[in-house]
Amino acid sequence: MITSDTRHTTGTLVIKSVVALIAALLLFAPFLFQDVRSLEVAARICIFIVLVASFDLLIGYTGIVSFAHTMFFGFGAYGAAILLKQMGPGWTPVLLGALAGVAVSLVFAVAIGLLSLRVKAIFFAMITLAAASVVLVLASQLSQITGGEDGIIYKSPDLFKTATKLLTDADGKVVRLWDVKLNGKLAAYYFVFITSLILFLAMLRFVGSPFGTVLKAIRENEARAEAIGYRVVAYRTAVFCLSATIASLAGTVYAVWLKYTGPDTALSFSIMIDILLMVVIGGMGTMWGAVIGAVLLILAQYYLRDLMGAASEALTGVPLLPELLAPDRWLFWLGIIFILLVYFFPRGIAGTMMTGRKGA
Amino acid sequence: MSLLSIRNMKTDIGQYAVLHDISFEVPEGGVFVLLGRNGAGKTTTLRSIMGLWTPSPGSVQFRGEDISALHTAEIARKGIAYVPENMGIFGTLTVDENLILATSNGRFDPARLARIHALFPALERFRDKQAWSLSGGQKQMLSVARAIIEPRALILIDEPTKGLAPAIVDAMAEAFREIAQTTTILLVEQNFAFAKSLGRDMAVIDDGRVAHTGTMADFVADTTLQHRLLSLSL
Repeated sequence: MITSDTRHTTGTLVIKSVVALIAALLLFAPFLFQDVRSLEVAARICIFIVLVASFDLLIGYTGIVSFAHTMFFGFGAYGAAILLKQMGPGWTPVLLGALAGVAVSLVFAVAIGLLSLRVKAIFFAMITLAAASVVLVLASQLSQITGGEDGIIYKSPDLFKTATKLLTDADGKVVRLWDVKLNGKLAAYYFVFITSLILFLAMLRFVGSPFGTVLKAIRENEARAEAIGYRVVAYRTAVFCLSATIASLAGTVYAVWLKYTGPDTALSFSIMIDILLMVVIGGMGTMWGAVIGAVLLILAQYYLRDLMGAASEALTGVPLLPELLAPDRWLFWLGIIFILLVYFFPRGIAGTMMTGRKGA
Repeated sequence: MSLLSIRNMKTDIGQYAVLHDISFEVPEGGVFVLLGRNGAGKTTTLRSIMGLWTPSPGSVQFRGEDISALHTAEIARKGIAYVPENMGIFGTLTVDENLILATSNGRFDPARLARIHALFPALERFRDKQAWSLSGGQKQMLSVARAIIEPRALILIDEPTKGLAPAIVDAMAEAFREIAQTTTILLVEQNFAFAKSLGRDMAVIDDGRVAHTGTMADFVADTTLQHRLLSLSL
């Protein structure tokens, strides 16, 4: 007989195996997928896993709905971008930018947290939305500092230049490993991969700690958590600060990888919507869900168009289908896929499979 | 000096005055039982002591200290545990996680954990199970176990036998007797046989006021009083 428990155990095993496979693919991505676009997708996946997981600390583990997550991501990105532009390429501006981003994020997180985490969830969500909107407008308006709508283009540290040779042979040529040049681009990818991995593992450890257990208890019932001795506002503020710090660091890493920071790449609400979709698809309250959600949505965003174009071509001559599968309709199909995922996995893919329960 | 002293406590919930005048003294040690009809204000009394509803200023003294204005979490840290009527467990957490939440340093004292497992063997069997999957009786055991995972001065327990099978009620009574040897229990209970078997001192609440206080033995002996206050015979 298949019980909820066996589904739970099997589902957990499947999800963890899939995540291990994704981790392996990301680890060897430069060697497995040797084109620029694929490497761009892999790096984006790494960063968004961290960003989504840090958002899940709020919405999934603590039950806090915030729309300010891209604001913190933007602080980290702009911190590094402004200093790299002002000071030139090097590690000092990256480190100082990361610190500045984290410091500003903490100031905002503490202020928003202490002032508004006592109020009802909907008011808190509105306050974060207002704060994020103000920062987005400011970033667009303060063009002397932020580059305005055009953003900032800068150089990343020399180690990450494509021309940088990590290893050279006797002739002074860059060494190739499995036909991949060991150059600065590879170093930049592994900088993204390793920092993302460290941040993700830190979050994984955090949610498994007693502090993480308290957060889950608060999510389930605030009054009960208070009744066993936990100051809910203090815990919620602390996790809001932690989440903001990690989002800010993810922003810094993204800025170093992209060598461009602007409102569209660091602060826009479309990023916030992507994060929300990734959390919902992957499953709230599980770090593994962030991995699944980020991978699926980013792959869909980058490759669904191509896939539909190929399908449309293959079905030439069949009535209606080529038009339905025209690449321009990719957002429509993405919406259909999203609705189906929510229908069949109401707690998200990882959430549904790992708990063995469909209902909330 | 009493462990807990309630003096002229009044509690409003929204625009409604639920407790009008509650006064009683809970001595240290043993089980103090709060009796009363449905809606008399027993649960509100416990919730007011715990700070979940705001009682009138100065009305709750614990070990001589006024705790009526303290935050619920601070009251809990003073050594008062609360086992609510609906058990108050965290369903998405495992049995062990539910217990560890109530420890001050995130670690079990092995001796106390062994004592809890001896009192409630089911909790040892299902340590890694999520609490939502436990039966009603097991959830109640978990709720009580959480209250005693660390030494507490006072445990407020609200109708622990509600909806439980008689065999589990008997096991619960045994557990409470053992717990009461080291901890004071303030028990709200509608199951009079259960209350009678445990209580040393008692009070009856009626319409938000204390209608009677005394020893359980005297109350059990006075059937006229039982009929007048509870419309029931113990």
